[in-house]
Amino acid sequence: MKTNAVNLTETEYLLPGNRACPGCALSLAYRHILKALEGQVIVTVPASCLTVLHGMYPVTSVNVPCVNTPFPSTGASATGLVAGLKALGKKGLTVLAIAGDGGTHDIGIQALSGAAERQEDFIYICYDNEGYMNTGNQRSGSTPLGAISGTTPILGKQQNQKDMTAIMEAHSIPYVATANASYPLDLYEKVRKAKAIEGTRFIHVFTPCPPGWGFPYSDTIKIGELAVKTGWVVLYEVEDGTFRLTSASESIARRGNLRPVRDYLREQGRFKNITEEQINELQDWVNARWSRCLDRATSL
Amino acid sequence: MTLQKVKGTPVALEGDRAVAEAMRQMNPDVVAAYPITPQTEIVMRFSDFVASGEVETEFIPVESEHASMSACIGACAAGGRVQTASAGAGIALMWEVLWVASGSRLPIVMHVVNRSLSAPLNIHCDHSDSMGMRDAGWIQLYDEDVQEVYDNAIQVVRIAEHPDVLLPALHALDGFILGHSVERLELLPDEAVQEFIGTYTSAYPLLDVDHPVTYGPMDLQDYFFEHKRQQAEAMVHALDVVAQVGDEYGQLTGRYHGLIEGYRLEDADYVTVALGSTVGTAKTAVDQMRDEGIKVGLLKVRCFRPFPATAVARALGDKKAIAVLDRSLSFGAQVNPLCLEVIAALSTHGFAPKLVNYVYGLGGRDTVPAQICDIYQELIRIDSDGITGPILRYVAVRD
Repeated sequence: MKTNAVNLTETEYLLPGNRACPGCALSLAYRHILKALEGQVIVTVPASCLTVLHGMYPVTSVNVPCVNTPFPSTGASATGLVAGLKALGKKGLTVLAIAGDGGTHDIGIQALSGAAERQEDFIYICYDNEGYMNTGNQRSGSTPLGAISGTTPILGKQQNQKDMTAIMEAHSIPYVATANASYPLDLYEKVRKAKAIEGTRFIHVFTPCPPGWGFPYSDTIKIGELAVKTGWVVLYEVEDGTFRLTSASESIARRGNLRPVRDYLREQGRFKNITEEQINELQDWVNARWSRCLDRATSL
Repeated sequence: MTLQKVKGTPVALEGDRAVAEAMRQMNPDVVAAYPITPQTEIVMRFSDFVASGEVETEFIPVESEHASMSACIGACAAGGRVQTASAGAGIALMWEVLWVASGSRLPIVMHVVNRSLSAPLNIHCDHSDSMGMRDAGWIQLYDEDVQEVYDNAIQVVRIAEHPDVLLPALHALDGFILGHSVERLELLPDEAVQEFIGTYTSAYPLLDVDHPVTYGPMDLQDYFFEHKRQQAEAMVHALDVVAQVGDEYGQLTGRYHGLIEGYRLEDADYVTVALGSTVGTAKTAVDQMRDEGIKVGLLKVRCFRPFPATAVARALGDKKAIAVLDRSLSFGAQVNPLCLEVIAALSTHGFAPKLVNYVYGLGGRDTVPAQICDIYQELIRIDSDGITGPILRYVAVRD
């Protein structure tokens, strides 16, 4: 049975009153990720927005066990958890490593790549708010071309994002997927699917950040939807090498109604100084990836 | 607890292999490690035991030392008994993670094979690596010979896991000098080792999802300081525990290890203080000088963290002249790590003997008994003429 808003579990593992900013897409995504894992999970988190969301000693906003780990260590920390569980004969628990784009694309890539090469048995979720948002919005390897940040002021970033999901797919792991906080049920289904698979599983979750990106707190869902409708984010999964578009990306592909990326960019303050040339460059970049996805989507 | 002495088996092993053998006997739940000279023998020999099924350990050949300590933390927080081994640059790469291990009160054990730090590149022994982490909240024992490499490798597990302590612990063996040198030692029977270390049960294992806990959350002005204070207190507790575990191990083996050990010290006027394999070299020098009728002695510091200040002060307070030997250099400091502790111990206990600091053996430079005999001669001169020249001196280095 496909999960919908009616039959989704009512049990909450992320409790109200946490320290997330208003309109935080991570908060929404994390709520559904934990629901999908039904409390049978050990979480490891590097220093990031999620550490703050989890709360400050002596209280926590989650009712799942957690070990906080240094910024570069998430993949290694998860490796240790898996080994510990195995050595102690504990079965049926999922180890969830969850880190931001800075902790994944940049400082954490070595530990993640090492773990994936060893085919360590955990789910790694990268929540991508396209910059070091917890430290006040500095550029990361996932900050897009043209975006203004604390370390790319005035002119905006001059380089494209790195495609972390493609990098992880190149590790020949059994499951990689992209997801988006504005499509929580698609995310939920993907975590459920990943849970049942053995080996390293990677899910990239797009999590718009109102204060970092410069849009109203009330527009988080809209920004996430625009990202998918313009092809900025493509929702897909690759299971044992088989590529499949999912959710809204699948229907957009069927209908052929991709909107121009300009519609997405103009809603955000971080792109206020973007040039026409950069918009065209981003459109070309989005088009190229979209056509690669269409080529791979054999089921369409 | 009183233990029955058991008969050991004499063998000839290199220090690294003695560590691997102790690890085989202890059969930890998880070992995560990355190869680095001169520690590699430990990782390879232990891999043999994993491959042959002689241990049940989950062995993780990680992609860096940063990852090895991070994986150790994950595995130990999950509830496991966890060990690793490293050296030199590997420990430097671990640095931030070392603090997470101690701050999370995880009794991880590390076998450190001392190696200098680059640059310039040098794979040989000095104590820059373990002294570089002296403030990281790890218990530190130093090994004199290969027998003690083996003995300390076993004892640190008991010390780290003691409920009054719960801190990570290391023992350090001098790279190549002990790590790659074959010596005679006695091994305990496997069962005796297993019985001595017992089983480890974590009080707060993450695998208990019905009682979820968090390790290492955000902890700011309100509580962080109290948590650090507790860590400091645990280190104080460790002084008794190191002594107590040493005593029990002595009952089992006949080899008693304390916080410090004196050699011909009681009636000595002129004393050197050292740790690591140089203790053995210095003993030879002491015997040579004693043969000439000169009253020299040696203080070995086995436990550097926590530093046994009272014991050191009592052992040294009445001496005529003291030379503290350091195998690491704290650039710009007045004296170096071991000497600094010795001076602080003497001073806080109301003693002020004449004292100098010698740095020796950096990058594996050979240190021989004759050099230490020269140091004793200098102490005799200092006793009669006072200290002339700098407090900080160097052994066998070109000017």
